[in-house]
Amino acid sequence: MDYLFKPSRRALLGSGAFAALGIATGGALARDPDPLITELQDWASITGAGVDETPYGLPISFESDVVRRNVEWLTASPISSINFTPIHALDGTITPQGCAFERHHSGAIELRKEDYRLMINGLVDKPLVFSYEDIERFPRENHVYFCECAANTGMEWAGAQLNGVQFTHGMIHNMEYTGVPLRTLLNEAGLGAAGDLKDKWVYVEGADASSNGRSIPMEKALDDVLVAFKANGEALRMEHGYPVRLVVPGWEGNMWVKWIRRIEVIDVAVESREETSKYTDVYEDGTARKWTWVMDAKSVITSPSPQMPISHGNGPLVISGLAWSGHGQIRRVDVSKDGGITWETARLGKQGDTKALTRFYLDTEWDGSPMLLQSRAMDDTGYVQPTKDQLREMRGENAVYHNNCIQTWYVNAEGVAENVEVS
Amino acid sequence: MSKFPNSRPMKTFILPTFGVLGFVIGSGYALAKTNYGDRKIGFLEEQIAKVGTGVQQAKLLLPAEAEKRATAAKVAEAESARAAELETQVAQIQERARAVTGRQKKVASAPTPGKKLGLGRTALTEEIAAWDVDVVPGGRGLPDGSGDVATGEEVFADKCASCHGDFAEGADNWPVLAGGFDTLGDADPVKTVGSYWPHLSTAWDYINRSMPFGEAGTLTANETYSIVAYILYSNDLVEDDFELNRDNFADFEMHNKDGFIFDDRPAIEYTRWRTEPCMKNCKAEVKVTMRSVFLVETPADGGTESVMNPASIDDLPTFSADGPSFVPVSAQDMDRQNNAVGAAQVIEETDPDAQLIATGKKIFRKCKSCHAVGEGAKNKAGPHLNNLIGRRMGSIEGFKYSSAFKLASKEERIWSEATLDKFLTEPKVYAKGTKMSFRGLKKEKDRIAIYEYLRQFE
Repeated sequence: MDYLFKPSRRALLGSGAFAALGIATGGALARDPDPLITELQDWASITGAGVDETPYGLPISFESDVVRRNVEWLTASPISSINFTPIHALDGTITPQGCAFERHHSGAIELRKEDYRLMINGLVDKPLVFSYEDIERFPRENHVYFCECAANTGMEWAGAQLNGVQFTHGMIHNMEYTGVPLRTLLNEAGLGAAGDLKDKWVYVEGADASSNGRSIPMEKALDDVLVAFKANGEALRMEHGYPVRLVVPGWEGNMWVKWIRRIEVIDVAVESREETSKYTDVYEDGTARKWTWVMDAKSVITSPSPQMPISHGNGPLVISGLAWSGHGQIRRVDVSKDGGITWETARLGKQGDTKALTRFYLDTEWDGSPMLLQSRAMDDTGYVQPTKDQLREMRGENAVYHNNCIQTWYVNAEGVAENVEVS
Repeated sequence: MSKFPNSRPMKTFILPTFGVLGFVIGSGYALAKTNYGDRKIGFLEEQIAKVGTGVQQAKLLLPAEAEKRATAAKVAEAESARAAELETQVAQIQERARAVTGRQKKVASAPTPGKKLGLGRTALTEEIAAWDVDVVPGGRGLPDGSGDVATGEEVFADKCASCHGDFAEGADNWPVLAGGFDTLGDADPVKTVGSYWPHLSTAWDYINRSMPFGEAGTLTANETYSIVAYILYSNDLVEDDFELNRDNFADFEMHNKDGFIFDDRPAIEYTRWRTEPCMKNCKAEVKVTMRSVFLVETPADGGTESVMNPASIDDLPTFSADGPSFVPVSAQDMDRQNNAVGAAQVIEETDPDAQLIATGKKIFRKCKSCHAVGEGAKNKAGPHLNNLIGRRMGSIEGFKYSSAFKLASKEERIWSEATLDKFLTEPKVYAKGTKMSFRGLKKEKDRIAIYEYLRQFE
């Protein structure tokens, strides 16, 4: 008991690193009984946190690196910018709101339900203003849909750029949305005044400073678009458009207008800034494709990936990833370990959701030799996710948006993965 | 389990059967929408094999009793029969699947009200005027007003140039608004209002509603007209005496007005890429042609750091159907592993004291049921621990101390970093006779953390 009381705090902190090494080298090599089993541990003896400690919980501190991250140099200001969902560390298909990617054009705003107004005007029988309360009185639906930014994987057109699936594919989330079909609200205002609906549009805009207006063809507006107020069961987070946002299933995220305040039935597309100067795809000869709304079938392996190296050595390995299609359901996902020479069909997790993420797994053995991992999605239209070369052949390298190419990870003998391009 | 002797075999068999059947139905429906002759047969065979496997697995799970085994055999037999039946009932399955899908859709969709619900209120003319300010190609929606280049230059310098540059050339990473003509087909196209935007209305509409950044909606109509006029001038599209107004707006044709085509992916791409993909020997060999330009570090305090990747493609093997040509063990790979990927798991290097306090707070949970600390803390089963360090042991008025601490109080022993550490190492050894039943903190760093935490309440 009479030791010198002279601790070095830094040294003690550093010893955490040795503990981490212990985890990595323990397991199979251990011969001595595992003290985690043979010795009484604090958590098995003393009591834990009380129910009054965390009225609304965050993930446990050990998971504190599983967060949205931005890449500063991509944009001029974080107020008009994007961050990325940590898809490398998630499993299943539902994205928690707190780590679902954000894209704002003038920042995320705080808008109270009491201050919320939704206007429907233009070619309607009776222009209307709804309060938040009104919206919740219409019959509502629940659907799981993915929301993918048109620019997801956009940096990769010019080649392998960012080392991490969070950054190459993290402009996506998948949530269960609760909302009122847009058609219900349009019917409430009455579409008689619009005449023939075939060539009509709805123009939608947000209450934030950017307003982010987009034109949506009437056919889509009357199909599956939702005016949503809940995600994953709870109120929308501020950054996802609290209190009300638009959900445009299968179509590019920019159209999912947040803090939606106005819906105008109109006879032409407004050709707003977001649908002409942005979210249009420039091809090799300089012409641009516009109204490219649908997000085509796509998939990516989330683990192993650069942020998720193989740490367990040879033997059983779960290769896991996500697949989705704006056209409908995912029918099949194939995985290659040799850069596309040989393909194996992966096992799909929960199936049958349309325009939603599908989880896939390839339960395999790793012999410790390098791999070129790829995944290839096929949707229920029979469309097969193209390679980078196929896409470039059709579009060149300057399209920015709608890059749904097959992604390749080179995994070395140590299990470290890197973003690469292959022949 | 023994409470419900019959329930287990039922669950064991029925659940897997429904699971597989559901999958077959689902797959059958998906296939019904395409016309894959051979694949359809292959698929069904696969599914039947799966039903068979399910039966085998179920057999393994059987209890030992002969009776139950007999029951299982019967169920297994029924399974086989069902599996065989499946093959001959493709059409029926598809039919049922359609019905199921139809039903599901009905359940998922909310009813569209046949009549209006009478919710909401009529939007007033003034309200519509306030919010409906969009301007469409040709200028419909424009308000009265005008603005010339000279005025625009002043307004632009005042309200726009800090981001977009004095000549609309763009500052830092902010959008360039001028120039870039004839670059759209280049490797690095410069998409400006002049070179790329197909409609002038878009510029007016956007500036009026969403600019200036941070002061959206504050421009007058004349200011907006003048800014648009100045942007046209900075693109050399008008002379310096140009004035833009509602009447000449529609006449203005943008440089890239014919530069856009409608989405033609369905005709050009979908027709090509809706094919059965290759599964084996799809290429003779595969080489890595490019490695990630940036390694992305992910610091504990958020965001990212991009670092140039020094690695070369020369270090990597070529792949063929036989696997990689060699297994590289390069120091570079190891370095990368240590530096870049490891960065994701970097140990937090934030303020060590703050970290200790946070750890101490967590460890204090062990003490909380008996000791209170912080504002208004009162004695519980143990004395409150405010102002602990430096105070005399056993000195809290009104607390019934053990004989050990009564003695310590008499001897004027003081709580210090050292005495607290000794006490917490083995309480019953340090203070023989203490009423505190706590076993102590074996880890030195835990004791330090507690000390740092308690020191906050002085």
